[in-house]
Amino acid sequence: MKRRNFLKQSALASSLVFVPNFVKAFESMDTRSLGNKKLVIVQLAGGNDGLNTIIPFRNDIYYSSRPGISIPKSNIIKATDELGFNENLAPLKNLYDRGFLTIINNIGYPNPNRSHFRSSDIWQTASDPNEYLNSGWLGRFIDSYGGKAYSGIELDDSLSLIMKGNTLNGIATKNSAILFRNTQAPYFKKILNHQSDKHLSEHNLGYLYKTMIEAESSAKYIFENSKTYKNKTEYPNTPFGKQLKTTAQFINSNLDTKVYFVSMGGFDTHAYQKNKQNRLLKIYSDSMEVFVKDLEQNDTFKDTLILTFSEFGRRVKQNAASGTDHGAANNLFIIGKYLKKQGFYNEDPNLSQLDSNGDLKYTIDFRSVYATILDKWMEVDDKTILNRSFDKLKFI
Amino acid sequence: MDDKNLQHLFLRAGFGIGYNELKSLASKRKGKIVKELFLNAKHASPLELDLSELESLRKANYNKAKGKLDAKSMMDLKKKSRDKVKELNYAWLVRLSEPSSVLNEKMTLFWANVFVCRDNNIWHIQQYNNTLRKYALGNFREFVKAIAKEPSMSKYLNNRQNVKESPNENFARELMELFTLGIGNYTENDIKESARAFTGWSFNKNGEYLLKKKKHDYGVKTFMGKTGNFDGETIIDIILDQKQSARFICTKIYTYFVNPIVDKNHLEEITNLFYKNYDINKLMQYIFNSNWFYDEDNIGVKIKSPIELLVGIQKIVPIEFEKKKQQLFLQKMMGQILLNPPNVAGWAGDRNWIDSNTLMFRLNLPSILLNNGVINLDEKGDYKDTYEKYYNRKKSKTKFFKINVSWDNFENEYGNLSLEELKQLLIVSKIDFDTDSFLSNLKVEDNKEYCIQLMSLPEYQLC
Repeated sequence: MKRRNFLKQSALASSLVFVPNFVKAFESMDTRSLGNKKLVIVQLAGGNDGLNTIIPFRNDIYYSSRPGISIPKSNIIKATDELGFNENLAPLKNLYDRGFLTIINNIGYPNPNRSHFRSSDIWQTASDPNEYLNSGWLGRFIDSYGGKAYSGIELDDSLSLIMKGNTLNGIATKNSAILFRNTQAPYFKKILNHQSDKHLSEHNLGYLYKTMIEAESSAKYIFENSKTYKNKTEYPNTPFGKQLKTTAQFINSNLDTKVYFVSMGGFDTHAYQKNKQNRLLKIYSDSMEVFVKDLEQNDTFKDTLILTFSEFGRRVKQNAASGTDHGAANNLFIIGKYLKKQGFYNEDPNLSQLDSNGDLKYTIDFRSVYATILDKWMEVDDKTILNRSFDKLKFI
Repeated sequence: MDDKNLQHLFLRAGFGIGYNELKSLASKRKGKIVKELFLNAKHASPLELDLSELESLRKANYNKAKGKLDAKSMMDLKKKSRDKVKELNYAWLVRLSEPSSVLNEKMTLFWANVFVCRDNNIWHIQQYNNTLRKYALGNFREFVKAIAKEPSMSKYLNNRQNVKESPNENFARELMELFTLGIGNYTENDIKESARAFTGWSFNKNGEYLLKKKKHDYGVKTFMGKTGNFDGETIIDIILDQKQSARFICTKIYTYFVNPIVDKNHLEEITNLFYKNYDINKLMQYIFNSNWFYDEDNIGVKIKSPIELLVGIQKIVPIEFEKKKQQLFLQKMMGQILLNPPNVAGWAGDRNWIDSNTLMFRLNLPSILLNNGVINLDEKGDYKDTYEKYYNRKKSKTKFFKINVSWDNFENEYGNLSLEELKQLLIVSKIDFDTDSFLSNLKVEDNKEYCIQLMSLPEYQLC
């Protein structure tokens, strides 16, 4: 049976109520035929101020709206006639110069929500703003095309919504040895050693046992297949640097993991934004440059696509505390070796036509980016995962 | 009433039952036991923290600045308020493990996940929590109206910003989508029109409902086929006149108290009953008295929420946290922090509690709580954290739990039970065939150890 056909059928079957679909999901996927493409998603948690990241340095509104926190022209690494990088993003500019970076401006969704929690959920579940989903888009990818918990790894100790599927979930770990040890407690081992699949029901008890078995085998798989890899590249000694280092270790060990999720915190800059954000951008780009170099040296960069987003941008006008409040549309970064459209993908942000809150309006729905990645990069059916069709972009 | 049914009743109407209580009730009939549960529920008292310190701070600043706090004091007050909300979390956990009025508390916990709300203002959220408690077994119609007037809800769903000149539809939408009818049972126009009816709904500084007449739209509205000068209360009445509202709430009740998989006939049966007058008390009595509630298929098939798990363990082995804050860490790692729901849709429950990480954590929980287990995992940072705090909140956590375990209490009540009795008491679900044979060959030192082992089984995750 052809793979696509098979997947369509099982997706159909799993929508029937009485089919124990986790049994299918756990057992009947052959992930090896999916290809070798990896996707790394980075969330700049807290809402990164895109306007001080990629700066519209010829725009008077930008400077007049932010007398205390705008970035002076002299401190900007110019990229186009209108836009330049924050000077702390020099390593990212290097990637840009090499054609490894696409920046998409004005990304967002209708009726933007300005709560961190809610807007993160919207980005992570790929839902409409008025829709509440219990599964993330990477989780649904794992459901339909992964088949194992380790198909998706979050670099943390607990799992975010983005990695939760309807029948399967990814797995969270920032240290595979600890994860492994936690599943190897003698008592649990004994229980699992006594298990034979034949008694597992499709009810909740069976689901619990399946998940336990899956946790144990995924922890073991990740640990045993990545423990011998010695990372020769030196990373900045920061928590974010460590997250990327571990990600590279997993990718370079050729784990059959398709999607990774890394969250970097600290971007909620309501007060005294400038120094704080500058430092964060430096940490981000320094680590990202090393990460890319590491992948290049191991010849895995060609198979890896990195998407960096934030749950929202920030208000154009600064606030009274030399910071910025929650905004709406923002820019995002796509890093990869074979980008079709390098550099800036679309038009510059329009600061003269803001919404009623004084925030940037979106022109590209973030789910178009997801759809494009799923379709063109992961080569899977994006509609299955996003529940409907979105316009595709042309960056890959 | 036989043991199994008693355990089932108390797991669903509360957080489980201890051995002594089980034996003391064994000779009584079902009807009498259920009746007592409801009698005890009447003794529910509000959960109230001592807020006098904050109150005087608020007043002093209020007077000094003539109605406006300066920025620094405001920040300070907010921080103190947030800390108090955490204290309310701890106090609520303690309350849940107290046997008196347990049914009312279980209902309160249930409603907190129907009328989902979050607020860092301690006065408002405490009042909100007590409104849930007050109506937990009351009349649903009055309940919805009371909730709609709560300051915390007014802020959470932007009803305060809902004014005649520019209606905010957030509350009207969620009222129908999440609190009463469910998606697909109203039109966008119904939302627009009903939002107008709630314009001007606000509250005063004592947290009491207030209608700002100038902001209220007194005009004619057309809502669900009816036309009139409707205000918010009439809108709620019209919504509840739809039988779908009764069905929607009964579905939530059924999946929470009976079985995550709905039996259509039983649902219709309770919907018909509830629709008559929206009496929650009657509905719950009917369910707990019905024969089908005790069907084999309904026993031990629900995945415990993290709170049910945490409180259930303490029901058998009383514990006390030396560092209260560690309770928040546990809740966070398992994905359910009281008073801190993920969004207005609340926790999805059942299988959504479980992924590889949460399950391993939950299976390890008895060891962590009762056996000096060490935690080598860090909690997630918050969106509002600084970079340092985002990562360091993790590191600074004590990995050793300081917990006082009342093993003496356990020994008194369970020390002399046979292994089989202990197993029957702790596990209500069917036991996996292979695990059961593993257990029967297990060398057990004492009941303490066996208790921890039983609580570490996947079966213990079910209630």
